[in-house]
Amino acid sequence: MQKIGVFVCHCGTNIAGTVDVKKVVEMAAKEPGVVHAEDYQYMCSEAGQSKIIAAIQEKGLTGVVVCSCSPRMHEATFRKAAEKAGLNPYMVEIANIREHCSWIHKDMQEATEKAVILARAAIAKVNLNAPLKAGESRVTKRALVIGGGIAGIQSALDIADAGYEVDIVEKTPSIGGRMSQLDKTFPTLDCSACILTPKMVEAAAHEKIHIYTFSEVEKVSGFVGDFTVDIRKKARSVDMDKCTGCGVCSEKCPSKKNPSEFNRGLGNRSAIYIPFAQAIPNVPVIDREQCIKFKTGKCGACSKVCQAGAIDYEQQDEIVTQKYGAIVVATGFDMIKLDKYDEYAYSQSKDVITSLELERLMNAAGPTGGHLERLSDGRAPKNIVFVQCVGSRCADERGKSYCSKICCMYTAKHAMLIRDKYPDTNVTVFYIDVRTPGKNFDEFYRRAVEDYGVNYVKGQVGKVLPQPDGSLLVQASDLLDNRQIKMEADLVVLAAAIEPNPDVRRIATMLTASIDTNNFLTEAHAKLRPVESPTAGIFLSGVCQGPKDIPETVAQAGAAAVKAIGLLAKDKLLTNPCTAQSDELLCNGCSQCANVCPYGAISYEEKLVNDHGIRETRRVAVVNNALCQGCGACTVTCPSGAMDLQGFSNRQIISEVDAICR
Amino acid sequence: MTNSRRQAEKIREISGTNPLKCMKCGKCSAVCPAFDEMDIKPHQFVSYVQREEIEALAESKSLWKCLSCFACVERCPRDVKPGVIIDAARQLVIRQRGAAYLKADEVPELLDEETPQQLLVSAFRRYRR
Amino acid sequence: MKYSYYPGCTLKNKAKDLDAYARRSAEALGFELEEIENWQCCGGVYPQGQDEIATKLSSVRALNDAKEKEQDLVTVCSACHHVLKRVNDDMQQGGDICTRANNYLKLEEAYTGETKVLHFLEVLRDRVGFDEIRKQVKKPLTGKKIAAYYGCLLLRPGKVMQFDDPENPRIMEDLIRALGAEPVIYPYRNECCGGYISLKEKEMAAGMCENIAGSAAGFGADLMITACPLCMYNLKKNGKQDLPVVYFTEILAEALGVKEEGAEE
Repeated sequence: MQKIGVFVCHCGTNIAGTVDVKKVVEMAAKEPGVVHAEDYQYMCSEAGQSKIIAAIQEKGLTGVVVCSCSPRMHEATFRKAAEKAGLNPYMVEIANIREHCSWIHKDMQEATEKAVILARAAIAKVNLNAPLKAGESRVTKRALVIGGGIAGIQSALDIADAGYEVDIVEKTPSIGGRMSQLDKTFPTLDCSACILTPKMVEAAAHEKIHIYTFSEVEKVSGFVGDFTVDIRKKARSVDMDKCTGCGVCSEKCPSKKNPSEFNRGLGNRSAIYIPFAQAIPNVPVIDREQCIKFKTGKCGACSKVCQAGAIDYEQQDEIVTQKYGAIVVATGFDMIKLDKYDEYAYSQSKDVITSLELERLMNAAGPTGGHLERLSDGRAPKNIVFVQCVGSRCADERGKSYCSKICCMYTAKHAMLIRDKYPDTNVTVFYIDVRTPGKNFDEFYRRAVEDYGVNYVKGQVGKVLPQPDGSLLVQASDLLDNRQIKMEADLVVLAAAIEPNPDVRRIATMLTASIDTNNFLTEAHAKLRPVESPTAGIFLSGVCQGPKDIPETVAQAGAAAVKAIGLLAKDKLLTNPCTAQSDELLCNGCSQCANVCPYGAISYEEKLVNDHGIRETRRVAVVNNALCQGCGACTVTCPSGAMDLQGFSNRQIISEVDAICR
Repeated sequence: MTNSRRQAEKIREISGTNPLKCMKCGKCSAVCPAFDEMDIKPHQFVSYVQREEIEALAESKSLWKCLSCFACVERCPRDVKPGVIIDAARQLVIRQRGAAYLKADEVPELLDEETPQQLLVSAFRRYRR
Repeated sequence: MKYSYYPGCTLKNKAKDLDAYARRSAEALGFELEEIENWQCCGGVYPQGQDEIATKLSSVRALNDAKEKEQDLVTVCSACHHVLKRVNDDMQQGGDICTRANNYLKLEEAYTGETKVLHFLEVLRDRVGFDEIRKQVKKPLTGKKIAAYYGCLLLRPGKVMQFDDPENPRIMEDLIRALGAEPVIYPYRNECCGGYISLKEKEMAAGMCENIAGSAAGFGADLMITACPLCMYNLKKNGKQDLPVVYFTEILAEALGVKEEGAEE
């Protein structure tokens, strides 16, 4: 018989406001095995933990139930306290009477009744608990960073600087990401390339960093500390070792009219191309869909002009398999497609553009050499209208429910830069709210209004009507003056919502990392573990976790790196002892458990067994405890009841259910 | 429950929309082709229902000037459907107060040779019980 | 192919052309419009109230009639199409309206939106195909610059009507191209003409028609087409531009070479 102590937490008024904790103590004390029950205002505090330690030592407790918040919050705290007092930590169970009870109920009597039942179930379980011992697993001292934008670069640099090997896998031909497409950055207006390029160079030159560009993560297996990843290096058709980056191939390539991804389709590139001047690596790639050689078999111009003999039309995709201890996801974002918002005439007029397209139009290395002009007729725009919140903050399926966060600031930046460079241009910004929380952000926005004379109008634009003379009629609300505005513009810029890179779904599935309804990766805890995925060993960097600007992205990238470093710094990890175990006498060798195991932890052996005096060789399941993650899929699949999960045995769970139904 | 609260409830019920979803962006009023003719503008209409100021709406010219063109309904980013709310308010005054914007004896002078049947049918349906 | 056909009141009277040209064109293109027996007026306007039941019953009857014949239900008039499609959507959603309508009608089998409602234009696009129409054209409308006027009822609400992109539709433009003419794209093609208020607010309607016709003419149109008798009346009556307006079925019949038979009626 166990000697169980029950500890009921008030959590200030979080629990005690709705649950009669004294009543819970009183009822728990009557349960079988319970020899001690008490309550305290904050069980997780130093004083609260001391109470648990004292009771274990004084009353010789063999099991502990803490009725408090979610085990995700403080299970580890209480287990550590028990261990200090000499009790096996797996003899501690949590009854979650906060998230599962006090927070979701209003009626005191009902909530108390439920809290008593939850306590009863935990007590019933502890009665069947047995001490468990955690095993150990090794940590591969190498990190994988998925995505080579500013988030991925920063995470990689920080991890590498701590002395660990890092691989960056970037899908496009160069690292740099969205930031490389930007012209200037708020709120200090430094040139994006000027601050990004040194980071890119540093990453490329770092002896601990290896960059795989034009590559994708293909397969992930294993678990925290010991992931095995297949990386597909797509055929570049150019030998990276031989190429000198002279660029003659691109110049001579006859297939020139392919929309440039880097310039958001506003300019063209050749079929063999380096996406932008500062690209890393400075090695071109052949777009096989546009290449005449690949399409018709004739041409080969690039090969003929390449002095280094680097062009390789026969090159194949290559799979690289590598082991990693930690994985940082930094897959970034893109702007939403605007095909569902054609009231703004984006697909009907060349002079309606997105903010990211405007970045390219204002950039000296962009398709117009940095000269702001209308794409329809090359004229300089005199009246420019900015439309905020296009597809952000939407309640319908056309757009996104969230605020994209960066648009207010980059629009203020655009408006200011235009007024600065072209003072005779009128700039109007239609906004719903101007949101500028951030250091020096509101001051920046006010400068746009006060010093640069940008006209801010509260009200949304309803429709953009292209006119026969090529101008655009903008129909909008001015809510403060309660009027409908019809104004002529010659350029309209849409602040389209941002969304996670669509690839993130595929990557999250491979990593078993959870994503929310908007495809943002979920944090382990929204406030206290914001850069970790609930899946151990997976860390979140940049916009893949939620909209953020460059300073926030860099800060989060650093934080994710620190978490990864903390993991890599360990030689061994304690494994979860709550793993599956097969009873060889019950196992009938059907293989169903092995088929459902997501971790490949179950194998089959021919084993000599002694079944009540009958000795025979049987084919039975064996669980590799280092690989098993304790998900329980095998236990529910097993038709003969041979599979059981330590710490969550069938008997324990049934006894909990019995206690609840009692 | 006060009378105006009851009436606001009724408008929410008939329209099947929730005016509290409005984020005050004004896109409805930006696209309304009847904006100039309305004394209470589409975005204000939503606010009036939020504040339960139904009397003003019942007296409003806007009830009869709304074109039922769904421009605001289609483009509202919050799915508030201002045009449906205006329609519900019109229904309310027609049903409860017997309001009629079209009198049977004024019809002959409004007609001409080409007037399609559907214009009369829909006018009766929109303007009176 | 045989479709159930709901002409609606105006097509039997002031918009006989719209109906006649549609029937002739259908025949030329090889499909049949079988008029529903004893159809009743749809009311001309979709009653938006969640608690409106009686005003939707005539539509449910027509929809159920097509269901019993296992035919899709075709309309030509924008307003009828709008009302029928939206009532059908109500019945599909299966809420209060569906329950109460069925309780009242006491049909042999409850009607829950089984019928597919198609506008004549949708039949042309999705069933006949514009490529096929192009092949059938006898007198291509070469050189004509035609502006399609959609108005509100065909397109909105987009979620229910599922007719075309409500902000940048192309179904009529594709038809115009198939008939050998050049479509004129102008921004007012999906803006309201004020049809519903043209009885009482003639000045207001005039202003709106002026915007539409003016915009189409500004982009170089020499003809405007519509699918709606109400828009047709309003644009003709209250629009001041010298831009002729005809039904889309008229140019279709003309290009197919069957216009003359229809015009006699």
